[in-house]
Amino acid sequence: MSIDQATVRRVAQLARLTLAEGEVDHLQGELNAILSFVAELDAVDVEGVEPMTSVLPMRLKRRADEVTDGGKAALIVANAPTSEDHLFAVPKVIE
Amino acid sequence: MSDPTSLTLAEARDAVRSKSLSSRELTEAHIGAMEAARPLNTFITETPDRALAMADAADARIARGEAGPLEGLPLGIKDLYCTEGVRTTAGSHILGDFVPPYESTVTSQLWRDGAVMLGKLNLDEFAMGSSNETSYFGPAVSPWRKAGSNAALVPGGSSGGSAAAVAARLCLAATATDTGGSIRQPAAFTGTVGIKPTYGRCSRWGVVAFASSLDQAGPITRTVRDAAIMLRSMAGHDPKDSTSVDVAVPDYEAAIGASVAGKVIGIPREYRVDGMPAEIDALWAEGIAWLKAAGAKVVDISLPHTKYALPAYYIVAPAEASSNLARYDGVRYGLRVPGRDIAEMYGNTRAAGFGAEVRRRIMIGTYVLSAGYYDAYYLKAQKIRTLVRRDFETSFAEGIDAVLTPATPSPAFAVGEKGGGDPIAMYLMDAFTVTVNMAGLPGISVPAGLSADKLPLGLQLIGRPFDEETLFSLAEVLARSAPAATLPSDWWSATATAANR
Repeated sequence: MSIDQATVRRVAQLARLTLAEGEVDHLQGELNAILSFVAELDAVDVEGVEPMTSVLPMRLKRRADEVTDGGKAALIVANAPTSEDHLFAVPKVIE
Repeated sequence: MSDPTSLTLAEARDAVRSKSLSSRELTEAHIGAMEAARPLNTFITETPDRALAMADAADARIARGEAGPLEGLPLGIKDLYCTEGVRTTAGSHILGDFVPPYESTVTSQLWRDGAVMLGKLNLDEFAMGSSNETSYFGPAVSPWRKAGSNAALVPGGSSGGSAAAVAARLCLAATATDTGGSIRQPAAFTGTVGIKPTYGRCSRWGVVAFASSLDQAGPITRTVRDAAIMLRSMAGHDPKDSTSVDVAVPDYEAAIGASVAGKVIGIPREYRVDGMPAEIDALWAEGIAWLKAAGAKVVDISLPHTKYALPAYYIVAPAEASSNLARYDGVRYGLRVPGRDIAEMYGNTRAAGFGAEVRRRIMIGTYVLSAGYYDAYYLKAQKIRTLVRRDFETSFAEGIDAVLTPATPSPAFAVGEKGGGDPIAMYLMDAFTVTVNMAGLPGISVPAGLSADKLPLGLQLIGRPFDEETLFSLAEVLARSAPAATLPSDWWSATATAANR
């Protein structure tokens, strides 16, 4: 399976990566190289094989549904590029 | 006393505990070595003031008779572990100024046990790479050089800074992480010991995520005993990581020197790949002979799905990475690059903040998870993972205690030699290590000899889940049997003679 330039642009849009001029060309080549490398898997018969969903056979642990942390708004926004009144500030999204 | 940086972690521990050496003296010696070795670019952030304060606190605890297992021992921390109040970059521009307000579970356990932090170690960006060349902060350089050459060599990756700093005696030991070989491959390239424990053995909480079902923390050290000491402090159940396993942590150090007589070692024929250098094959044969001489039984085994592990990995790892890295959007932390609207801000931030290899993997991961392709790629790769794991389970059920393989297909290569236009050439570096992550098993890399060019070569042992003790016992046999490998004389420090540099 090989991907075209329109697919490269669509995937970049899904991944929220702005592509620079000329980047589509070499990304298309590199992605196709990786996809042809993984195409080796087509030779494997996986009929009846369960996908591995947990590295070790274990039940997902559960904890009590209770508040264990909080009151740290200043710490939480401390690394934000911009914040106001302990809120993350972003460009306007609603007209 | 001789230079304290030449001590092993175990020797330093004993010297500090018996008060023949203070943590302050030990720490000052390592700070000196770290600062002199800046040409190796192993540290992204040095924290000498914090180190000295921690050393003084350790000396005070020792004076009160309260020494912990790592009391006063200076360590380097891979810059993927969040450290409270100390910049944590993951080797990326997008996290370049991130200062975590919390401490990773693994590092908090090291400080609980008295260890001293020297600084944060260089790595491939988001741990994606096998040479440390994808770091935004520039490549870390190995202290090793080919005989008769001054060309800079890679220390391997992604834990390249950890491996180079330990090999060059800038820290007694270092933390590292391993998603596809990122502990074991750099350990093999630098003549150090690296263990990736069983998935779930160490908490992943507070470690910047790459591929969550593959990532695991572990140490890089100069001896097998030192790795056992480090792992005991790093391991343990953590309620904050739902994949962390609640199994008691044994005293791994007790396994050092234990008899391996009667242990059954499997030699998988699928690791004898086409084009494998003769010196790697010869090293493997020597390892077999050493284990036999120690009383182990060696048998040929088959792990038939080995060759599919690497292509399946290059679906699973990018898929999980694309999901994990979605959080870097310029809103809550890290870099922000403005745009006309919020969508453009996301795209610009991520384009500028991530390097080429990370962007490539996000693209692949997004593609294989996108509508219509999930079954063909991700689901299929997860089924192949089941087959890879089943191969090992079959061998273990037949009585195999551990599997012996080469750690890498070649010794270290030069900075700039691989990874240009062809990403696959670099990916092949992980061929022998990636199966272990796919199956969730423990694996250890042990220095076992030198190449024709006098560069370190490693052997890998793969064990049953949660049987790291057998790996330590076997690894110690390999390490004791291997010829001593001496690091080239100090060419990297500011005090080295010009002729050496």
